Amino acid sequence: MREPARSTKISVQGLTMAYGSFTVMEDLSFDVMEKDIFIIMGGSGCGKSTLMRHMVGLKEPAAGEIHFDGENFTSADEAKRLSFVRRFGVMYQSGALWSSMTLAENIAMPLEEHTDLKAREIRDLAAYKLALVGLSGYEDYYPAQVSGGMNKRAGIARAMALDPDVLFLDEPGAGLDPLSSRRLDELILRLRDSLGSTFVIVSHELASIFAIANNSIFLDTDTRKQGATGDPKELRDRSDNEAVRIFLNRGVTSGKRDQP
Amino acid sequence: MKSDQADKSELPKAIWAKVDGRTELALSGEWMRGSVPEIRGEELCAWPDEIRTESLGRFDSILPAYLLRKLRESEKLDPCLSGLPDNLRGLMELALKVPERSDAKFDAREPHGLLRMGIVSESAWKATVSMLAFIGDTVVASLRFFTGRAHFRGKDFWLIVQDCGVGALPIVSLISFLIGMILAFVGNVQLASFGASLYVADLVGIAMVREMGVMMTAIIMSGRTGASFAAHIGSMKANQEIDALKTFGFNPFDYLVLPRIFALVLMMPILTIYSNIIGILGGMLVAAGVGIPPQLFWIEMLTIVDLTQASLGVFKSVFFGAAIAISGCLQGMNSGASSSAVGQATTRAVVASITSVIILDSAFAVIFTILDI
Repeated sequence: MREPARSTKISVQGLTMAYGSFTVMEDLSFDVMEKDIFIIMGGSGCGKSTLMRHMVGLKEPAAGEIHFDGENFTSADEAKRLSFVRRFGVMYQSGALWSSMTLAENIAMPLEEHTDLKAREIRDLAAYKLALVGLSGYEDYYPAQVSGGMNKRAGIARAMALDPDVLFLDEPGAGLDPLSSRRLDELILRLRDSLGSTFVIVSHELASIFAIANNSIFLDTDTRKQGATGDPKELRDRSDNEAVRIFLNRGVTSGKRDQP
Repeated sequence: MKSDQADKSELPKAIWAKVDGRTELALSGEWMRGSVPEIRGEELCAWPDEIRTESLGRFDSILPAYLLRKLRESEKLDPCLSGLPDNLRGLMELALKVPERSDAKFDAREPHGLLRMGIVSESAWKATVSMLAFIGDTVVASLRFFTGRAHFRGKDFWLIVQDCGVGALPIVSLISFLIGMILAFVGNVQLASFGASLYVADLVGIAMVREMGVMMTAIIMSGRTGASFAAHIGSMKANQEIDALKTFGFNPFDYLVLPRIFALVLMMPILTIYSNIIGILGGMLVAAGVGIPPQLFWIEMLTIVDLTQASLGVFKSVFFGAAIAISGCLQGMNSGASSSAVGQATTRAVVASITSVIILDSAFAVIFTILDI
């Protein structure tokens, strides 16, 4: 599955995350390669979203560094950081759409501010991105007028507005019906294949993880360290860490390793 | 069987006892909500070696909750649960499945005495520092804006202008008109006893243009617009909308705070002039009622209300507008990420903006007195 030609997109080295004196996770080190679909997984409250917030620069690491395309993101100055940030697309857990704007305006706003496109083209782009997530015809609705799942999908459409190199999605599948969730998996694979985007996804939907991911990190709540990294399918069957195997097998520890 | 039934429907009891060096716990009766269990010998021992439940009747969550507390207190790793009925044992096993995370508990003790004083003064100090920092940020961001290095959406700005300008006219009209009338009423009662009713015009005019017009407008705008700024920005924060702005490369300060401050600073003087006019009209109406014709009222008023006097209130309104907008936006930006935190932020915004308006007004009163205007 892994081609040698792909370069390292994001490299996290010795990252420690903390809220004040409360350490969430210690000493995380992993690489996200180009075109990876990289999953951040772990039990509830283990700091998955916090790790994502560190990776997009919303939170300062207590220790450690994050590199994008070989350049140091953690120590970069404001202007440099902004140029990185514009190459990201981020979808938040609840969608976090700007509630005073319609869905189309939400997608149009980054385009208006960061590109020289004309109003007509922006309108078309917004409609196209909404169509990609199955929301054609909802352009002029306000976030409060559509359901939570639709908000989430519109959030993904907004994250894709600027055709970013890296898309960060915080629990994109949670709260979606099985069909939408499946469509979303397809969408992610399509985008990776056609645009060459890299995905970093916070998720604990096992079905979806096995369907799309080719790389992952498991955050272990008990040790507050990374449990394992690698392809989740391999981790499920052959990880050295029992917590990882238990998690990926939904607690069913038949464990091929344990049997003689 | 019958006697057994009667026994089981009795009051709930938990009796702890030591028998031959072993601890025994006997549970009996109906452990249902609403009945107070009788507990005896609880302090004797940590966790029983044997549990007897022959005469235990029905139970709801009270019983497992009681047992779980005793278990936690005993800190026993592998407690004996045999002797419990199957359904109860199942519930206990479920509750014990994931061990308690001791480090997840917060220290919930109420701070007292000196400690509380320290906490209060520290937070007051922090609030002052963050207020000053915010004012500094505002100045820096405004400079960035006027040198073309910061911008926000024009559409946002005009929407805010509409809301805190035209949108405030009805309430400003009503309050100002009534204030003008009240001043005239009260003034007339006093002045009439000296036969100097005409001076009601001077009183209403000076009071409105120097103090009441701008003050009433500022207080209305604190409650109306300052609160709305705090609630809007606070709920954007709770909904991660501000994070979304940041990750799209927008500076939340430029996009949210600047247009609000500019809009209110622009609208406050206009509203103040409007309020002055409406207030004077209110006074004029009352004066007409007590026999002072409007023309006479107007001419008498102009003998004392000149352009200098009239501009004092308008001058102050610029600062009041800035103070209200800054208080509202500051509390919104510092709000916590929950709906109750947004409510608190709104309350703090209104209190802070009214307080700062009054303090500023006192300062202006001193300055104007020294300057003799």
